[in-house]
Amino acid sequence: MIQLVDISKSFKTQKVLDGLNLTIEEGKTTIIIGRSGGGKSVLLKHIIGLIKPDQGKVLVDGDDITAMNDRDLNETRKKFGMLFQEAALFDSMNVFENVAFPLREHTRMKEPEIRERVRSRLQDVGLSGIEGKMPSELSGGMKKRVGLARAMAMQPQIVLFDEPTTGLDPVMTEAIDRLIFETQRKYNLTCVVISHDIKSIFSIGHQVAMLYDGKIIEFGAPEEVKNSENPVVQQFMAGSLEGPISIM
Amino acid sequence: MNSVIAFFDRFGRSIFSALEEMGRMLLLFLSVVAWAVRPPFKMRLIVKQMEFVGVKSIFVVVLTGLFTGMVMTLQICYGFRMFSAETLVGSTVALAMARELGPVLTALMVTARAGSAMAAELGTMRVTEQIDALYVMAANPVKTLIVPRVIAGITMLPVLTVVSVFVGVVGAYFVGVPILDINKGMFMKNMTTFVQLSDIYNGLVKAAFFGLILSFVGCYKGFNTTGGAEGVGKATTEAVVIAAITILISDYFLTALMF
Repeated sequence: MIQLVDISKSFKTQKVLDGLNLTIEEGKTTIIIGRSGGGKSVLLKHIIGLIKPDQGKVLVDGDDITAMNDRDLNETRKKFGMLFQEAALFDSMNVFENVAFPLREHTRMKEPEIRERVRSRLQDVGLSGIEGKMPSELSGGMKKRVGLARAMAMQPQIVLFDEPTTGLDPVMTEAIDRLIFETQRKYNLTCVVISHDIKSIFSIGHQVAMLYDGKIIEFGAPEEVKNSENPVVQQFMAGSLEGPISIM
Repeated sequence: MNSVIAFFDRFGRSIFSALEEMGRMLLLFLSVVAWAVRPPFKMRLIVKQMEFVGVKSIFVVVLTGLFTGMVMTLQICYGFRMFSAETLVGSTVALAMARELGPVLTALMVTARAGSAMAAELGTMRVTEQIDALYVMAANPVKTLIVPRVIAGITMLPVLTVVSVFVGVVGAYFVGVPILDINKGMFMKNMTTFVQLSDIYNGLVKAAFFGLILSFVGCYKGFNTTGGAEGVGKATTEAVVIAAITILISDYFLTALMF
Protein backbone atom coordinates (compact mmCIF):
# COMPACT_ATOMS: atom_id res chain seq x y z
CA MET A 1 0.00 0.00 0.00
CA ILE A 2 1.19 3.52 -0.80
CA GLN A 3 0.16 6.47 1.34
CA LEU A 4 0.88 10.09 0.61
CA VAL A 5 0.43 12.07 3.80
CA ASP A 6 0.09 15.85 3.79
CA ILE A 7 2.44 16.32 0.81
CA SER A 8 3.37 19.87 -0.18
CA LYS A 9 5.77 20.82 -2.97
CA SER A 10 6.65 24.17 -4.49
CA PHE A 11 8.90 25.05 -7.41
CA LYS A 12 10.23 28.57 -6.84
CA THR A 13 7.07 30.53 -6.04
CA GLN A 14 4.60 28.09 -7.58
CA LYS A 15 2.90 25.70 -5.17
CA VAL A 16 2.21 22.48 -7.08
CA LEU A 17 1.09 20.16 -4.30
CA ASP A 18 -0.59 21.63 -1.23
CA GLY A 19 -1.22 19.28 1.68
CA LEU A 20 -2.14 16.35 -0.56
CA ASN A 21 -3.38 13.09 0.97
CA LEU A 22 -3.91 9.89 -1.01
CA THR A 23 -3.99 6.17 -0.27
CA ILE A 24 -3.28 3.74 -3.10
CA GLU A 25 -4.54 0.25 -2.35
CA GLU A 26 -2.59 -2.89 -3.06
CA GLY A 27 -3.53 -4.99 -6.10
CA LYS A 28 -5.69 -2.25 -7.63
CA THR A 29 -5.34 0.25 -10.44
CA THR A 30 -5.62 3.84 -9.26
CA ILE A 31 -6.01 6.49 -11.93
CA ILE A 32 -4.95 10.04 -11.22
CA ILE A 33 -6.71 12.64 -13.32
CA GLY A 34 -6.38 16.39 -13.43
CA ARG A 35 -5.48 19.37 -15.56
CA SER A 36 -2.37 19.47 -17.71
CA GLY A 37 0.41 21.06 -15.69
CA GLY A 38 -1.58 20.43 -12.51
CA GLY A 39 1.15 18.40 -10.78
CA LYS A 40 0.16 14.80 -11.68
CA SER A 41 3.65 13.84 -12.88
CA VAL A 42 5.15 15.58 -9.85
CA LEU A 43 2.88 13.49 -7.66
CA LEU A 44 3.96 10.29 -9.43
CA LYS A 45 7.63 11.22 -9.03
CA HIS A 46 7.07 11.68 -5.29
CA ILE A 47 5.80 8.10 -5.05
CA ILE A 48 9.10 6.72 -6.34
CA GLY A 49 11.37 9.25 -4.63
CA LEU A 50 12.48 11.11 -7.76
CA ILE A 51 11.24 14.31 -6.10
CA LYS A 52 11.32 14.96 -2.37
CA PRO A 53 8.40 16.84 -0.85
CA ASP A 54 8.90 20.11 1.00
CA GLN A 55 6.62 18.69 3.63
CA GLY A 56 4.84 15.40 4.28
CA LYS A 57 5.52 11.67 4.03
CA VAL A 58 5.37 9.04 1.32
CA LEU A 59 4.80 5.62 2.88
CA VAL A 60 5.46 2.53 0.77
CA ASP A 61 4.36 -0.58 2.67
CA GLY A 62 4.63 1.51 5.84
CA ASP A 63 8.17 2.82 5.24
CA ASP A 64 8.65 6.54 4.74
CA ILE A 65 10.78 6.88 1.59
CA THR A 66 11.35 10.60 2.13
CA ALA A 67 13.47 9.78 5.20
CA MET A 68 15.46 6.94 3.59
CA ASN A 69 19.13 7.00 2.66
CA ASP A 70 20.08 6.20 -0.95
CA ARG A 71 20.71 2.51 -0.29
CA ASP A 72 17.32 1.89 1.36
CA LEU A 73 15.57 4.01 -1.26
CA ASN A 74 17.13 1.91 -4.02
CA GLU A 75 16.00 -1.27 -2.27
CA THR A 76 12.46 0.12 -2.11
CA ARG A 77 12.64 1.16 -5.76
CA LYS A 78 13.17 -2.48 -6.71
CA LYS A 79 9.50 -3.01 -5.84
CA PHE A 80 8.59 -0.53 -8.59
CA GLY A 81 8.46 -0.39 -12.34
CA MET A 82 7.70 2.80 -14.19
CA LEU A 83 6.55 3.60 -17.70
CA PHE A 84 7.52 7.15 -18.59
CA GLN A 85 5.55 9.54 -20.80
CA GLU A 86 7.92 9.10 -23.77
CA ALA A 87 8.96 5.61 -22.60
CA ALA A 88 12.52 6.86 -21.75
CA LEU A 89 14.20 3.92 -23.50
CA PHE A 90 17.99 4.19 -23.58
CA ASP A 91 18.86 5.48 -27.07
CA SER A 92 22.25 3.81 -27.13
CA MET A 93 20.86 0.32 -26.43
CA ASN A 94 18.68 -1.96 -28.52
CA VAL A 95 15.36 -3.33 -27.29
CA PHE A 96 16.95 -6.46 -25.78
CA GLU A 97 19.57 -4.48 -23.86
CA ASN A 98 16.90 -2.03 -22.64
CA VAL A 99 14.68 -4.77 -21.22
CA ALA A 100 17.70 -6.71 -19.88
CA PHE A 101 19.19 -3.60 -18.22
CA PRO A 102 17.56 -3.93 -14.77
CA LEU A 103 18.21 -7.69 -14.75
CA ARG A 104 21.92 -7.17 -15.43
CA GLU A 105 22.03 -4.37 -12.88
CA HIS A 106 20.40 -6.18 -9.99
CA THR A 107 20.43 -9.92 -10.52
CA ARG A 108 23.02 -12.61 -11.05
CA MET A 109 20.91 -14.24 -13.76
CA LYS A 110 22.84 -16.10 -16.42
CA GLU A 111 22.65 -14.94 -20.02
CA PRO A 112 20.18 -17.69 -21.14
CA GLU A 113 17.87 -16.82 -18.22
CA ILE A 114 18.04 -13.13 -19.14
CA ARG A 115 17.24 -13.98 -22.76
CA GLU A 116 14.24 -16.04 -21.66
CA ARG A 117 12.95 -13.30 -19.32
CA VAL A 118 13.31 -10.63 -22.02
CA ARG A 119 11.59 -12.87 -24.59
CA SER A 120 8.73 -13.54 -22.16
CA ARG A 121 8.24 -9.87 -21.29
CA LEU A 122 8.28 -8.82 -24.94
CA GLN A 123 5.76 -11.57 -25.69
CA ASP A 124 3.52 -10.19 -22.91
CA VAL A 125 3.42 -6.83 -24.68
CA GLY A 126 2.95 -8.41 -28.11
CA LEU A 127 6.36 -7.50 -29.50
CA SER A 128 8.18 -10.80 -29.97
CA GLY A 129 11.19 -10.78 -32.26
CA ILE A 130 12.13 -7.09 -32.11
CA GLU A 131 15.03 -7.58 -29.68
CA GLY A 132 17.62 -6.27 -32.14
CA LYS A 133 15.84 -3.03 -33.04
CA MET A 134 17.02 0.35 -31.73
CA PRO A 135 14.50 2.69 -30.01
CA SER A 136 14.78 5.13 -32.93
CA GLU A 137 13.34 2.43 -35.22
CA LEU A 138 10.17 2.02 -33.12
CA SER A 139 6.84 3.83 -33.32
CA GLY A 140 5.46 5.71 -30.28
CA GLY A 141 3.17 2.83 -29.34
CA MET A 142 5.94 0.25 -29.70
CA LYS A 143 8.27 2.35 -27.53
CA LYS A 144 5.63 2.44 -24.78
CA ARG A 145 5.14 -1.31 -24.97
CA VAL A 146 8.90 -1.91 -24.78
CA GLY A 147 8.95 0.55 -21.86
CA LEU A 148 6.29 -1.56 -20.15
CA ALA A 149 8.29 -4.74 -20.85
CA ARG A 150 11.33 -3.09 -19.24
CA ALA A 151 9.24 -1.89 -16.28
CA MET A 152 7.99 -5.47 -15.82
CA ALA A 153 11.39 -7.14 -16.22
CA MET A 154 12.14 -7.30 -12.49
CA GLN A 155 8.64 -8.59 -11.66
CA PRO A 156 7.70 -5.48 -9.64
CA GLN A 157 4.78 -5.27 -7.21
CA ILE A 158 3.91 -1.69 -8.16
CA VAL A 159 3.93 -0.13 -11.63
CA LEU A 160 3.61 3.59 -12.28
CA PHE A 161 2.35 4.84 -15.65
CA ASP A 162 2.91 8.47 -16.63
CA GLU A 163 0.33 9.24 -19.32
CA PRO A 164 0.73 5.91 -21.11
CA THR A 165 -1.68 6.75 -23.92
CA THR A 166 -0.85 10.40 -24.62
CA GLY A 167 0.00 11.00 -28.26
CA LEU A 168 -1.32 7.65 -29.48
CA ASP A 169 -4.13 7.00 -31.94
CA PRO A 170 -7.45 5.63 -30.54
CA VAL A 171 -6.68 2.06 -31.59
CA MET A 172 -3.24 2.09 -29.97
CA THR A 173 -4.75 3.83 -26.91
CA GLU A 174 -7.20 0.94 -26.58
CA ALA A 175 -4.37 -1.58 -27.07
CA ILE A 176 -2.24 0.02 -24.33
CA ASP A 177 -5.24 0.23 -21.98
CA ARG A 178 -5.96 -3.44 -22.53
CA LEU A 179 -2.30 -4.26 -21.98
CA ILE A 180 -2.29 -2.40 -18.65
CA PHE A 181 -5.53 -4.11 -17.63
CA GLU A 182 -4.28 -7.60 -18.54
CA THR A 183 -0.83 -7.07 -17.02
CA GLN A 184 -2.37 -5.82 -13.77
CA ARG A 185 -4.61 -8.88 -13.56
CA LYS A 186 -1.96 -11.41 -14.61
CA TYR A 187 0.59 -10.27 -12.01
CA ASN A 188 -1.86 -8.83 -9.43
CA LEU A 189 -0.04 -5.49 -9.59
CA THR A 190 -0.65 -2.24 -7.80
CA CYS A 191 -0.86 0.25 -10.66
CA VAL A 192 -0.89 4.02 -10.55
CA VAL A 193 -1.85 5.55 -13.87
CA ILE A 194 -1.84 9.21 -14.82
CA SER A 195 -4.30 9.79 -17.58
CA HIS A 196 -6.27 12.46 -19.38
CA ASP A 197 -8.29 9.91 -21.22
CA ILE A 198 -11.76 9.63 -19.69
CA LYS A 199 -12.41 6.34 -21.53
CA SER A 200 -9.30 4.79 -19.96
CA ILE A 201 -10.59 5.60 -16.49
CA PHE A 202 -13.56 3.34 -16.94
CA SER A 203 -11.79 0.58 -18.82
CA ILE A 204 -8.82 0.03 -16.48
CA GLY A 205 -9.40 1.89 -13.22
CA HIS A 206 -10.53 0.46 -9.89
CA GLN A 207 -10.16 3.84 -8.19
CA VAL A 208 -9.94 7.36 -9.51
CA ALA A 209 -8.37 10.38 -7.80
CA MET A 210 -8.83 13.88 -9.15
CA LEU A 211 -6.00 16.32 -8.49
CA TYR A 212 -6.90 20.00 -8.47
CA ASP A 213 -5.16 22.98 -6.88
CA GLY A 214 -2.53 20.71 -5.33
CA LYS A 215 -5.06 18.51 -3.52
CA ILE A 216 -7.08 15.38 -4.20
CA ILE A 217 -10.58 16.79 -4.45
CA GLU A 218 -12.39 13.56 -5.33
CA PHE A 219 -11.54 9.91 -4.76
CA GLY A 220 -13.52 6.74 -5.34
CA ALA A 221 -14.65 4.14 -7.83
CA PRO A 222 -14.89 5.43 -11.44
CA GLU A 223 -18.70 5.54 -11.36
CA GLU A 224 -18.68 7.47 -8.07
CA VAL A 225 -16.26 10.04 -9.44
CA LYS A 226 -18.23 10.31 -12.65
CA ASN A 227 -21.39 11.04 -10.67
CA SER A 228 -19.65 13.44 -8.29
CA GLU A 229 -21.45 16.66 -7.54
CA ASN A 230 -18.22 18.60 -7.29
CA PRO A 231 -18.44 21.20 -10.09
CA VAL A 232 -14.71 20.91 -10.86
CA VAL A 233 -15.02 17.13 -11.38
CA GLN A 234 -18.21 17.61 -13.40
CA GLN A 235 -16.53 20.15 -15.67
CA PHE A 236 -13.44 17.95 -16.13
CA MET A 237 -15.51 14.85 -16.93
CA ALA A 238 -17.65 16.78 -19.38
CA GLY A 239 -14.63 18.49 -20.97
CA SER A 240 -16.53 21.75 -20.75
CA LEU A 241 -15.14 25.28 -20.97
CA GLU A 242 -17.84 26.49 -18.60
CA GLY A 243 -17.14 26.01 -14.91
CA PRO A 244 -14.71 26.69 -12.09
CA ILE A 245 -11.65 25.41 -14.02
CA SER A 246 -10.18 28.42 -15.75
CA ILE A 247 -8.13 28.02 -18.92
CA MET A 248 -5.56 30.71 -18.11
CA MET B 1 18.82 55.11 -5.61
CA ASN B 2 16.62 52.27 -6.91
CA SER B 3 19.00 51.57 -9.76
CA VAL B 4 21.90 51.27 -7.29
CA ILE B 5 19.93 48.77 -5.19
CA ALA B 6 18.96 46.88 -8.34
CA PHE B 7 22.63 46.74 -9.37
CA PHE B 8 23.72 45.29 -6.02
CA ASP B 9 20.74 42.95 -6.07
CA ARG B 10 21.78 41.55 -9.47
CA PHE B 11 25.44 41.46 -8.42
CA GLY B 12 24.64 39.59 -5.21
CA ARG B 13 22.40 37.13 -7.01
CA SER B 14 25.05 36.36 -9.62
CA ILE B 15 27.65 35.76 -6.86
CA PHE B 16 25.27 33.41 -5.03
CA SER B 17 24.39 31.61 -8.22
CA ALA B 18 28.10 31.14 -9.07
CA LEU B 19 28.81 29.83 -5.57
CA GLU B 20 25.82 27.52 -5.80
CA GLU B 21 27.05 26.14 -9.12
CA MET B 22 30.55 25.60 -7.71
CA GLY B 23 29.05 23.79 -4.74
CA ARG B 24 27.01 21.53 -7.04
CA MET B 25 30.11 20.79 -9.12
CA LEU B 26 32.10 19.92 -6.02
CA LEU B 27 29.37 17.61 -4.72
CA LEU B 28 29.11 15.85 -8.07
CA PHE B 29 32.89 15.51 -8.23
CA LEU B 30 33.01 13.94 -4.76
CA SER B 31 30.22 11.60 -5.79
CA VAL B 32 32.17 10.63 -8.95
CA VAL B 33 35.28 9.88 -6.85
CA ALA B 34 33.26 7.83 -4.35
CA TRP B 35 31.52 5.78 -7.07
CA ALA B 36 34.73 5.34 -9.08
CA VAL B 37 36.41 3.40 -6.28
CA ARG B 38 33.36 1.41 -5.22
CA PRO B 39 32.88 -2.00 -6.86
CA PRO B 40 31.38 -3.42 -9.03
CA PHE B 41 33.39 -1.73 -11.77
CA LYS B 42 31.48 -1.36 -15.00
CA MET B 43 34.31 -2.42 -17.28
CA ARG B 44 32.11 -2.82 -20.36
CA LEU B 45 30.94 0.80 -20.10
CA ILE B 46 34.45 2.06 -19.31
CA VAL B 47 35.96 0.30 -22.35
CA LYS B 48 33.15 1.62 -24.55
CA GLN B 49 33.89 5.18 -23.43
CA MET B 50 37.64 4.66 -23.82
CA GLU B 51 37.00 3.64 -27.41
CA PHE B 52 34.84 6.72 -27.95
CA VAL B 53 37.24 9.20 -26.34
CA GLY B 54 40.48 7.51 -27.39
CA VAL B 55 40.25 5.45 -30.56
CA LYS B 56 37.71 7.65 -32.30
CA SER B 57 39.73 10.81 -31.58
CA ILE B 58 42.99 9.51 -33.07
CA PHE B 59 42.40 10.84 -36.57
CA VAL B 60 41.76 14.42 -35.48
CA VAL B 61 44.62 14.30 -32.95
CA VAL B 62 47.07 12.98 -35.57
CA LEU B 63 46.12 15.72 -38.02
CA THR B 64 46.42 18.42 -35.36
CA GLY B 65 49.76 17.14 -34.04
CA LEU B 66 51.27 16.58 -37.47
CA PHE B 67 50.49 20.01 -38.87
CA THR B 68 51.39 21.75 -35.60
CA GLY B 69 54.84 20.10 -35.69
CA MET B 70 55.25 21.02 -39.35
CA VAL B 71 54.25 24.68 -39.02
CA MET B 72 56.28 25.11 -35.81
CA THR B 73 59.33 23.86 -37.71
CA LEU B 74 58.76 26.40 -40.47
CA GLN B 75 58.34 29.29 -38.04
CA ILE B 76 61.12 28.37 -35.63
CA CYS B 77 63.55 27.70 -38.44
CA TYR B 78 62.87 31.18 -39.80
CA GLY B 79 63.81 32.72 -36.45
CA PHE B 80 66.71 30.40 -35.61
CA ARG B 81 68.34 30.97 -39.02
CA MET B 82 68.96 34.58 -38.03
CA PHE B 83 71.64 33.35 -35.63
CA SER B 84 72.53 30.07 -37.38
CA ALA B 85 70.87 27.80 -34.82
CA GLU B 86 68.81 25.67 -37.26
CA THR B 87 70.09 22.44 -35.72
CA LEU B 88 68.15 23.29 -32.54
CA VAL B 89 64.84 23.42 -34.41
CA GLY B 90 64.07 19.71 -33.84
CA SER B 91 64.71 19.83 -30.11
CA THR B 92 62.74 23.07 -29.72
CA VAL B 93 59.71 21.64 -31.53
CA ALA B 94 59.95 18.37 -29.58
CA LEU B 95 60.15 20.25 -26.26
CA ALA B 96 57.23 22.50 -27.16
CA MET B 97 55.16 19.52 -28.28
CA ALA B 98 55.94 17.36 -25.24
CA ARG B 99 55.58 20.07 -22.59
CA GLU B 100 52.85 22.27 -24.01
CA LEU B 101 51.32 21.88 -27.43
CA GLY B 102 50.78 18.12 -27.34
CA PRO B 103 48.68 18.06 -24.15
CA VAL B 104 46.88 21.38 -24.74
CA LEU B 105 45.98 20.93 -28.41
CA THR B 106 44.95 17.31 -27.84
CA ALA B 107 42.76 18.37 -24.91
CA LEU B 108 41.13 21.17 -26.92
CA MET B 109 40.41 18.87 -29.86
CA VAL B 110 39.01 16.13 -27.62
CA THR B 111 36.91 18.75 -25.79
CA ALA B 112 35.41 19.80 -29.11
CA ARG B 113 34.81 16.21 -30.22
CA ALA B 114 34.11 14.16 -27.09
CA GLY B 115 33.42 16.71 -24.31
CA SER B 116 30.65 18.28 -26.38
CA ALA B 117 29.24 14.84 -27.21
CA MET B 118 29.18 13.91 -23.51
CA ALA B 119 27.22 17.07 -22.67
CA ALA B 120 24.81 16.55 -25.57
CA GLU B 121 24.24 12.85 -24.83
CA LEU B 122 23.70 13.27 -21.09
CA GLY B 123 21.63 16.41 -21.70
CA THR B 124 19.36 14.53 -24.08
CA MET B 125 19.09 11.69 -21.58
CA ARG B 126 18.10 14.20 -18.91
CA VAL B 127 15.37 15.93 -20.93
CA THR B 128 13.94 12.64 -22.22
CA GLU B 129 13.77 11.23 -18.66
CA GLN B 130 16.33 8.49 -19.35
CA ILE B 131 18.30 9.61 -16.28
CA ASP B 132 15.11 9.44 -14.20
CA ALA B 133 14.59 5.94 -15.62
CA LEU B 134 18.02 4.97 -14.26
CA TYR B 135 17.07 6.25 -10.81
CA VAL B 136 13.76 4.36 -10.98
CA MET B 137 15.64 1.16 -11.85
CA ALA B 138 17.85 1.76 -8.80
CA ALA B 139 20.86 2.17 -11.11
CA ASN B 140 23.03 5.06 -10.00
CA PRO B 141 23.44 7.44 -12.99
CA VAL B 142 26.74 8.80 -11.63
CA LYS B 143 28.26 5.32 -11.65
CA THR B 144 26.60 4.27 -14.90
CA LEU B 145 27.05 7.44 -16.95
CA ILE B 146 29.65 9.77 -15.46
CA VAL B 147 32.32 7.52 -13.92
CA PRO B 148 33.06 5.61 -17.19
CA ARG B 149 33.37 8.88 -19.11
CA VAL B 150 35.66 10.52 -16.55
CA ILE B 151 37.88 7.41 -16.35
CA ALA B 152 38.03 7.34 -20.16
CA GLY B 153 39.01 11.03 -20.22
CA ILE B 154 41.77 10.63 -17.62
CA THR B 155 43.28 7.51 -19.20
CA MET B 156 42.91 8.29 -22.89
CA LEU B 157 44.21 11.87 -22.96
CA PRO B 158 47.81 10.85 -22.07
CA VAL B 159 47.70 8.14 -24.75
CA LEU B 160 46.42 10.59 -27.35
CA THR B 161 49.06 13.10 -26.25
CA VAL B 162 51.83 10.55 -26.88
CA VAL B 163 50.42 10.05 -30.38
CA SER B 164 50.20 13.80 -30.93
CA VAL B 165 53.78 14.46 -29.76
CA PHE B 166 55.13 11.59 -31.84
CA VAL B 167 53.47 12.69 -35.09
CA GLY B 168 54.40 16.32 -34.33
CA VAL B 169 58.06 15.36 -34.12
CA VAL B 170 57.77 13.24 -37.26
CA GLY B 171 56.19 16.23 -39.02
CA ALA B 172 59.02 18.46 -37.77
CA TYR B 173 61.59 15.99 -39.10
CA PHE B 174 60.05 15.79 -42.57
CA VAL B 175 59.80 19.58 -42.88
CA GLY B 176 63.16 20.27 -41.21
CA VAL B 177 65.45 17.71 -42.79
CA PRO B 178 64.34 17.21 -46.41
CA ILE B 179 62.67 20.59 -47.03
CA LEU B 180 64.60 23.10 -44.89
CA ASP B 181 67.88 21.25 -45.26
CA ILE B 182 68.72 20.96 -41.58
CA ASN B 183 71.49 18.45 -40.86
CA LYS B 184 69.82 15.14 -40.07
CA GLY B 185 72.37 13.99 -37.48
CA MET B 186 72.36 17.26 -35.54
CA PHE B 187 68.56 17.46 -35.72
CA MET B 188 68.26 14.05 -34.04
CA LYS B 189 71.19 14.44 -31.64
CA ASN B 190 69.97 17.78 -30.25
CA MET B 191 66.52 16.39 -29.84
CA THR B 192 67.70 13.46 -27.71
CA THR B 193 70.07 15.72 -25.76
CA PHE B 194 67.63 18.47 -24.82
CA VAL B 195 64.37 16.56 -24.36
CA GLN B 196 64.34 14.87 -20.94
CA LEU B 197 62.07 12.08 -19.84
CA SER B 198 60.60 14.43 -17.22
CA ASP B 199 59.40 16.76 -20.01
CA ILE B 200 57.35 13.95 -21.49
CA TYR B 201 56.19 12.66 -18.10
CA ASN B 202 55.02 16.08 -16.93
CA GLY B 203 53.25 16.63 -20.23
CA LEU B 204 51.34 13.40 -19.71
CA VAL B 205 50.35 14.38 -16.16
CA LYS B 206 48.95 17.59 -17.62
CA ALA B 207 47.09 15.60 -20.26
CA ALA B 208 45.47 13.38 -17.63
CA PHE B 209 44.37 16.49 -15.71
CA PHE B 210 42.93 18.02 -18.88
CA GLY B 211 41.14 14.73 -19.55
CA LEU B 212 39.52 14.99 -16.14
CA ILE B 213 38.45 18.60 -16.80
CA LEU B 214 36.92 18.03 -20.23
CA SER B 215 35.05 14.86 -19.28
CA PHE B 216 33.82 16.13 -15.92
CA VAL B 217 32.65 19.50 -17.28
CA GLY B 218 30.92 17.78 -20.23
CA CYS B 219 29.17 15.35 -17.88
CA TYR B 220 28.27 18.01 -15.31
CA LYS B 221 26.70 20.30 -17.89
CA GLY B 222 24.83 17.44 -19.57
CA PHE B 223 23.67 15.93 -16.29
CA ASN B 224 22.18 19.23 -15.12
CA THR B 225 20.49 20.17 -18.38
CA THR B 226 17.05 21.74 -18.20
CA GLY B 227 14.73 23.09 -20.87
CA GLY B 228 14.41 20.65 -23.75
CA ALA B 229 16.34 20.86 -27.02
CA GLU B 230 17.37 24.45 -26.38
CA GLY B 231 18.75 23.43 -23.01
CA VAL B 232 20.79 20.64 -24.58
CA GLY B 233 22.31 23.09 -27.07
CA LYS B 234 23.10 25.55 -24.29
CA ALA B 235 24.66 22.84 -22.11
CA THR B 236 26.83 21.64 -24.99
CA THR B 237 28.10 25.12 -25.81
CA GLU B 238 28.79 25.89 -22.15
CA ALA B 239 30.59 22.59 -21.68
CA VAL B 240 32.99 23.32 -24.55
CA VAL B 241 33.62 26.94 -23.57
CA ILE B 242 34.09 26.25 -19.84
CA ALA B 243 36.29 23.17 -20.43
CA ALA B 244 38.48 24.98 -23.00
CA ILE B 245 38.96 28.04 -20.79
CA THR B 246 39.64 25.90 -17.71
CA ILE B 247 42.19 23.85 -19.64
CA LEU B 248 44.05 26.96 -20.81
CA ILE B 249 44.03 28.63 -17.37
CA SER B 250 45.00 25.48 -15.48
CA ASP B 251 47.76 24.87 -18.05
CA TYR B 252 49.55 27.99 -16.85
CA PHE B 253 49.38 27.00 -13.19
CA LEU B 254 50.33 23.37 -13.84
CA THR B 255 53.30 24.52 -15.91
CA ALA B 256 54.38 26.95 -13.19
CA LEU B 257 54.14 24.15 -10.62
CA MET B 258 55.74 21.31 -12.56
CA PHE B 259 58.51 22.79 -14.70
